Amino acid sequence: MLKLKVNDIDIEVEEGLTVLQACEKAGVEIPRFCYHEKLSIAGNCRMCLVEMEKSPKPVASCAMPAAEGMNIKTNTAFVEKARKGVMEFLLANHPLDCPVCDQGGECDLQDQSMFYGVDKSRFKENKRYVPEKNMGPLIKTHMTRCIHCTRCVRFATEIAGVSEIGAIGRGEDMQITTYLEQSVQSELSGNVIDLCPVGALTSKPYVFEARPWELKKTESIDVMDAVGSNIRIDTYGWEVKRVLPLINEDINEEWISDKTRYACDGLSNQRLDTPFIKYNRKFEKANWEEVFKIIKSKIKETPKDKIAGFVGDLTNMETSYIFKEFFDRTLDTRNYECRSSNYYVGINERENYLFNSSINGIEESDLIFLIGSNPRFESTIVNARIRKSFVNNSTKIISLNDIGDLTYPYQSLNGQTKTIVDIFEGNNQVSKKILDSKKPLIILGESFFKSQSSEFLFNLIKNFLKKNNKINDEWNSLNKLTSDASTVGSLDLKIINEGKNIFNELKSNNFEIIYLLGQDNLNFTKKDEFIIYQGSHGDKGADIADIILPGAAYTEQSGYFTNLEGKLQKAYKASYPPGKAKEDWQIINELAEIMNNRKLFNDKDELKSSMINFINLQKENKTPINVNQSTKEDFKNEELVVDYKDYYFSNVIARSSKTMLDCHNSKIKIKKTGTDG
Amino acid sequence: MSLRRPAKNQPESFEFSPSSLEAANAIVSKYPKGKQQSSVMALLYIAQKQNNNWIPLAAMKYIGKFLDMPYIKVYEVATFYTMYNLAPVGKYFVQVCTTTPCMIRGAYKLVEACKEKISKNESELSRDKSCSWMEVECLGACVNAPMMQINDYYYEDLDKEKTLKILDKILNDETPKPGSYRGRVNNEPENNRKTLMDLKNA
Repeated sequence: MLKLKVNDIDIEVEEGLTVLQACEKAGVEIPRFCYHEKLSIAGNCRMCLVEMEKSPKPVASCAMPAAEGMNIKTNTAFVEKARKGVMEFLLANHPLDCPVCDQGGECDLQDQSMFYGVDKSRFKENKRYVPEKNMGPLIKTHMTRCIHCTRCVRFATEIAGVSEIGAIGRGEDMQITTYLEQSVQSELSGNVIDLCPVGALTSKPYVFEARPWELKKTESIDVMDAVGSNIRIDTYGWEVKRVLPLINEDINEEWISDKTRYACDGLSNQRLDTPFIKYNRKFEKANWEEVFKIIKSKIKETPKDKIAGFVGDLTNMETSYIFKEFFDRTLDTRNYECRSSNYYVGINERENYLFNSSINGIEESDLIFLIGSNPRFESTIVNARIRKSFVNNSTKIISLNDIGDLTYPYQSLNGQTKTIVDIFEGNNQVSKKILDSKKPLIILGESFFKSQSSEFLFNLIKNFLKKNNKINDEWNSLNKLTSDASTVGSLDLKIINEGKNIFNELKSNNFEIIYLLGQDNLNFTKKDEFIIYQGSHGDKGADIADIILPGAAYTEQSGYFTNLEGKLQKAYKASYPPGKAKEDWQIINELAEIMNNRKLFNDKDELKSSMINFINLQKENKTPINVNQSTKEDFKNEELVVDYKDYYFSNVIARSSKTMLDCHNSKIKIKKTGTDG
Repeated sequence: MSLRRPAKNQPESFEFSPSSLEAANAIVSKYPKGKQQSSVMALLYIAQKQNNNWIPLAAMKYIGKFLDMPYIKVYEVATFYTMYNLAPVGKYFVQVCTTTPCMIRGAYKLVEACKEKISKNESELSRDKSCSWMEVECLGACVNAPMMQINDYYYEDLDKEKTLKILDKILNDETPKPGSYRGRVNNEPENNRKTLMDLKNA
C-alpha cells in the first residue's frame, strides 16, 4: 500500500494505480477527456493536470503512477490556471455549434467548459475544418468537433479487436478516420459513440431526434441475445429513441452490441396494433371479444392432444409461465415447446444448459475450446470477454471449426464430430491440453446441440470433465452458449416437450390448433391447421396465422429474463403497447377467463410469485427424468456446421429495423467489391 | 505544410523487388521476434526508393501484410512523417527550406523561382513531368541559407537568379553541381577562415 496526500487528506492506495485513480479514491473528481478506465492510457488531452509537490510543472494525473509520499493538490489556483489553459487550446479549434450538436446536454467538453472555459476566445485565426468521414451506417461523424482524445482508436484496437480506426496526419492536420473510410467491421462499433467525449462521433439513426433532457430513461435488460446486457431505454412519448449501455461489470461491463443499441427502431415498424382475423386469405381488423370467441369455439371443438403451443425467443418468463399454466390448467395438455427445432437439451440438470463458468470466469480461464459456436455473432459481449482474456492472459483458444475472424487468433481443428470423440476419450493432443489447464472453458454452441449425436457427445464431454475434476465446486468448465434471450428462462420453466417428438408431429401436420407465442422460427409447411399468433411484430409467424393477437415488445412490458449464465434479471416497462395491443400475460389471462370463466391469476404479482415458487421447486427437485442415454454405437460421424442466424436479422425486432438492414447491406457491399480490408 | 493525403491515381499492386526484399529482410532481422513491426519506417523508405520516390497505397498494404500489422497502422505512420511522399514526385524532387533562418535570407524568392520554372503549386509535376517542388521545414543547413535540396544533394547560398539557373539545368535533365553557390567551402566564411589556422582538418 502506498501512502499519499490528496488536498491534504491522507489516503492509502494499492500499488499500480495512477494519481488520477488515487484522487478518485480520495473523493476528488478530476476532469478528463482521453482517460477511460477500460482503455489503455494515452495522456494526450492534458485536462487532468494536477499540482504535485516538488514538480515545477503540473503533471497529467492519468499517466502518472501514484508513488509513496506524493503530495497532490487539485484545488489550487495553479491547477485551475493550467486546466483553463488546456481548455482554451481545446476550444480554439472546436466549433461553436452546441445548439445543433447531438451531443449537447451530455457532452464532456460542454460540461467541463462550464468550469474551466474562458468566455472569450483569443484565437483570431480561422478555425480548422475537417471533412466528414464515412464510418458506416451507424456512426455519424462531424470531425471538426474532434479533440483527438483517441478513445475511439483505442477502443477499436483493444476491445473490439478491429484495428480499423486510426489517426492520420500530424499536428493541425491530424484526423481520425477508418482505413480509407470504410465502415467499421465490428459488432461493437456503436460503443465509440458513448466513448466520444464530444460530438465528433454521434449516432446516425438518432441524428437530430431528441435532446437528452427530453427523454424518459428506463433501466432495463436487453433481449437481442442471451447475455442479458444491462441497458437504459430512452423514450420520447411512446417511441423508443435509443438504447444505451448501463455498467454491469459481471455481464456487459460498459459495452453493448450494435444490435442491442440500434435494433430499437424495429420497435416502431411492422407492429401488430389490433387483433386480426383471416377471412379468405385476407386479414381483417377485429376486436378482442371477437377473436377470443373464435378461439374459444375452435378450442372447444378440437381434441386437446391436437393443440400445440410454441414459445418464441423474445418472450419474458412471466408470459412463458402463464402460457404453460394455460396449457396445463385450462387446456389440460402438455404440447408446449420453447425450442424451434428438435435439438438436445439435458433438461434434468440445470448445469446442462447454462454457461456455468460465468461471463466473469472467462477472464480467469487458461484454455478456451469452442465447439459448434461462433461467439462473435451469437453473443458479441461474450466474444469481447474472450478477446479480453486473450489480450490480458494470452489465453489459448481452440475452435473445432474454422469460423472466420473472431477478433483474436485461434487454432482450428477439422470440424468433424469424430474429433470431439477422440478428444474427450483422451486420444488427442487437445485432450492433454484440457487436462493440463487449470480452468478450461468448453463452450458448446447451439449448432453442437443440433448435431445428430449431440446427446452422446454431450454426455461424453461431461463425463470426461467430471472424471478429470474439471467440474467441481469451484470451477465448472461445461458451458452452453445460448443465443436467444428467452431460452434459458423457458427451460427453467420446463417448457419443453419430453417423450414424444413434437416437431415430427408438427411437420406431418398432426396438430389442428397451433398457438405461436412470439415464435417465428418454426420450420414447417402449413396445411389445415388453425394458427393463433400472439406477438408484437408482423413477421413469419403472423404471416401464416389465422388469428393475430397483438402483444407487447420487451420495452413495453415488465418481465423477467434469465441470461445464459442463469442470472435472473428484470426488464422494466419503458413504453406501452401500441393501439389495441396488450401485455402478453394479460392476453393469455383474459383468454383463460373466457374459456373457463376464471382468470388464471388475479394480478401480475400473483403470477410472479407463483412463477418464482415454481422455479425454486424445480431447483430442489433433482430427480433425473431422462435415463436412457444414447451410447457410442449410435454415434455417427458428421461435419459439424456452425450455423448461426444472420447477426443483423436474428429476431423479429431486428428484422423490422431499417438500421439493421442498412448494416447488413453495408457488409454485403464490402464482400462484393472484394476490398477485404 | 500541405495536407498529406494519398494520390488519386494509385497503381493496382506493389511488390518488393528482389534487392528491396533483401534489404527489407535484413532490417526486419534486426528486431527481436514479435517486434518486427518496429521496422515499418525503414520498410516504407525502401518502398519509396523502389517506387520513384513515392509510396502508393498498395505498398502500405503490402508492408502491412509483410509485417503482419493492421493497414491503418502503416497508413498512420506514412501520413505522419513528411519525408514519405504519398503522391508521385518528379525525377528531380526539389525541396525548398522555408523555416525562419532561410525565410529571413530570402527563401520565398526561391519559391517564386520554383513557381515560375516548375509548377504553379507545390507538389505538382512540371509540364514535362520530370520535376516537382515543395516547401519543407528546416533541413539543417541554416548557415548556408537560403538553400534547397534536389534529390540527395543540397544547393546552398542561393538567390532567385541562381535558383533559376539550377532549375533550368535540371529541366534539361542535367545534374547541377551541389554545394554553396557563393564559392564557400562547406560552411566556412566567405573569404577564407580567419581562425583555427593551424588546424588542417578543422
